[in-house]
Amino acid sequence: MTVTVTVNGEDRELPAGATVASVIESLHNAPEGRGVAVAVEGEVVPRARWPTTELREGATVEVVAAVQGG
Amino acid sequence: MTAPLTIAGRDFASRLILGTGGFTNHEVLASALEASGTQMCTVALRRLDPAARGSILDVLDAAGVEVLPNTAGCYTARDAIITAQLAREAFDTAWIKLEVIGDDRTLLPDGVELLAAAEALVDDGFTVLPYTTDDPILARRLEDVGCAAVMPLGSPIGSGMGIRNPYNISIMIERAGVPVILDAGVGTASDATLAIELGCDAVLCASAISRAHDPAAMARAIRLGVEAGWLARQAGRIPRRRYAEASTPDEGLPVFDTSSQ
Repeated sequence: MTVTVTVNGEDRELPAGATVASVIESLHNAPEGRGVAVAVEGEVVPRARWPTTELREGATVEVVAAVQGG
Repeated sequence: MTAPLTIAGRDFASRLILGTGGFTNHEVLASALEASGTQMCTVALRRLDPAARGSILDVLDAAGVEVLPNTAGCYTARDAIITAQLAREAFDTAWIKLEVIGDDRTLLPDGVELLAAAEALVDDGFTVLPYTTDDPILARRLEDVGCAAVMPLGSPIGSGMGIRNPYNISIMIERAGVPVILDAGVGTASDATLAIELGCDAVLCASAISRAHDPAAMARAIRLGVEAGWLARQAGRIPRRRYAEASTPDEGLPVFDTSSQ
């Protein structure tokens, strides 16, 4: 069983039960600490809930990081 | 050189806040940070780029400056609120430079969306520093909903046009109970000086430094411009007058025309 989710605008097929934490791990070069945040379906998912937040079929995930700006 | 700037109960020795947008690389940013003497810098949030090398946070940490996340690129209160919440999660700070713009050509703030977002974020426990127009009434409304400062533009972002309406900025300052930070429009050091002379509590500057031919030199120039403005304001300028007023006394002036004696 797999689920298809959209991560930063790209569709990804993930094993059923995939969590926010597993998506972060799958991103190459993703910094683990400060500077990264995640929203699922337009709602911020706090870091502490990344390992337990499972992604449903069709979920939209935005993973953001610090860039120069302002 | 200047007295501390206090925002929401926190003191900053520097009255110059740096925007980090537009620097060609992290080394140039680091040199400008050092030359500017700043203690707080804005950063933005964008989709994670797996190919990105090195985080801007490492540069800011090495320089010992605080992170002020912004909501650059947001057009609605809803997007700005979510972005602020993401920033709080990413940077462990409840401070947010709130930007809600109206269109991508002028990048002017959308006052209606801005006020709505500011109110919601203050209620959510954020320390909100809104980028706003030079409208004293909107500034007062932003203060009324609990913003920790107001950040009026001098002219559009990146325009380098300086302060187009110093009278509005002055009125805003006279009425404000929170710090007024000039944000956007500074093109060179004298613009920063004028802002502080007018009574602004601080200046936020990005493009003028990051897009200068020599960013570190311009960072130092604007730092000194801020300090010059501060000293001049404390010193108290002379009133403007339409006609000359001699600085040399007439008394004791010798007379050379003997025919009149």
